[in-house]
Amino acid sequence: MLKIEKLHKSYPIGDSSLHVLKGIDLFVEKGEMVAIMGSSGSGKSTLLNIIGMLDEADEGNYTLDEVPIKNLSEKKAAIYRNKFLGFIFQSFNLINYKNALENVALPLYYQGLKRTRRQEKAKFYLEKVGLLGWASHLPSELSGGQNQRVAIARALASNPKLLLADEPTGALDSTTSYDIMAFLQQLNDEGKTLLIVTHEQDIANMCKRIVRLKDGLIMEDNFVKQQRAIADV
Amino acid sequence: MFDIDFWREVFQSIDKNRTRSLLSGFTVAFAILLFTVLFGLANGLNNTFSEAFVDDAANSIFIRSGRTTKAHKGLQAGRRIQFKNEDFNYIKSNFEPSIEFITSRIYRNVVASYKNEKNNYLLRAVHPDHQFLEKTMISKGRYLNQLDMQNRTKVIVIGDLVRQDLFLKEKDIVGNYINLSGISYKVVGVFKDDGGDDEERIIYMPLTTAQNIYGNNDYVDQINLTYNPVLDLNQAIDFGLELEKQLKARFTVAKNDQRAIRISNMAMQNKGINQMTSVLGILILIIGFGTLIAGVVGISNIMIFIVKERTKEIGIRKAIGASPKSIISIILVESVFITTLAGYFGLLIGMGLLEWASPHLKAYFITDPSVSQNLVLVATFTLITAGAIAGYLPAKKASLIKPIVALRDE
Repeated sequence: MLKIEKLHKSYPIGDSSLHVLKGIDLFVEKGEMVAIMGSSGSGKSTLLNIIGMLDEADEGNYTLDEVPIKNLSEKKAAIYRNKFLGFIFQSFNLINYKNALENVALPLYYQGLKRTRRQEKAKFYLEKVGLLGWASHLPSELSGGQNQRVAIARALASNPKLLLADEPTGALDSTTSYDIMAFLQQLNDEGKTLLIVTHEQDIANMCKRIVRLKDGLIMEDNFVKQQRAIADV
Repeated sequence: MFDIDFWREVFQSIDKNRTRSLLSGFTVAFAILLFTVLFGLANGLNNTFSEAFVDDAANSIFIRSGRTTKAHKGLQAGRRIQFKNEDFNYIKSNFEPSIEFITSRIYRNVVASYKNEKNNYLLRAVHPDHQFLEKTMISKGRYLNQLDMQNRTKVIVIGDLVRQDLFLKEKDIVGNYINLSGISYKVVGVFKDDGGDDEERIIYMPLTTAQNIYGNNDYVDQINLTYNPVLDLNQAIDFGLELEKQLKARFTVAKNDQRAIRISNMAMQNKGINQMTSVLGILILIIGFGTLIAGVVGISNIMIFIVKERTKEIGIRKAIGASPKSIISIILVESVFITTLAGYFGLLIGMGLLEWASPHLKAYFITDPSVSQNLVLVATFTLITAGAIAGYLPAKKASLIKPIVALRDE
């Protein structure tokens, strides 16, 4: 469902430019759970941002669910992001003056859903992440793990085809990290496609496939036996 | 289309970021408040000026005569200049297009008596036009008319204070007879005048009647006229100078003789006042625009700050599917809403302040300080527009930031 061919990306630095991605080819099928690994500067976050339509590639083809993603207008990109993708960030990126329920309901607002329908759906996903009791709490009143769950609920709310997680456990302690990973595995079991950027080997081992990047190229691409997060707790 | 969810978003953003909202609101409210108060005070100063000249028509010209002070063309100094009816007719026919109303005046002091009451009053014998020149307001009966002039009828119009003095509490004054220095006159009207008490202790009589009774001649003491209102101030001043020149020629008076014929032209005074008020007006405009610009700059700064502060939020919203348009409109509507509300608030406070201070300001030459509704609307509208533009530019810029850049903003 995800097809990437000969993807190039460089960033201008002063007069010269930094070539970050030097021709990436990646195919991901529906239902996969892929870890993208690499040291910092390897280009893994850039790749994720391009996949997430938060950034644009200079060269190469990118198709998502048969839809070519190229030269999108801002408006079109917004619609695609809303329809196809769910984001999970290292720093959660919740809107700090909105409570958990409102944060989860926000993508649905941009889908144009009615208020009652939004509330209903948002409650459903909050319950799924086990935080229905915290619906009216602000992000500042929740722990890191809880905030990440709210963010996951938000990413799920628009029922996206692909979940993108950028270091989802980067800001969390290991117990909480495993908790979150267990939940992501559960989502994958239910059929969601996940792409997770991480630099932690144990997190990567909980995925079904590990893609290693180095200096803007894919060095390794292996299917692995998934370790269940729950067993480690 | 009214989108309740959109407004909910706006109000939540305003409510949850109170410091920010209050700060921008305060700037706008303060600008409008200052604008209202300064404009109101300046207007009050203006009102004082115009009120000082309400007694007589603002376009009056008075022509008086005296003795010559300079020998001219073989005539000695000290010669007395006496206006007559023919001079009145001469002015009236020669300057017809420039004249609105014209009247002659004869002054006499009379003792008026009715039943047991008796008092001294100033008598003015005039043409019917005099009513408009002096802004005399008839409260009972009528003023003098052309028929009185032709028939030299013994009728008079008395001031309201004359009525109070002589008639005490009697009701039917009009139609009664008053004795003026031995001759009976029928009272045909009672008048009021804004010029103060002295102006209401006057008795008016037809000019011809007075000429008949006091000396049986055609002398007049003074000629008053108002120039045609279509003349502007400079034209009116020219008219007065031309009148003076011709009258001096007519009476063989030296051009530089200051006493023989004196013309006082309100247009001259008005020009001075007008210059004063126009300087004041310019000052008001500078002050007004100054405060407005200060307000606009304040709003712009705050809007830039707000957008900067919200960069990350904008990134999040974009990442989960907000279109650039929705980003712009939410910031814009928020800024316009705050500006409008705060502007109105500032206006109310300003007007309240003027209302409250009004009675205390009389002593400082400020009468009835207020601002016209239109002006306030224009000012508020300007601020709203400025707020919208000031909000739009950074909002537009923010909506075009790549979400990845916005998200990285800490």
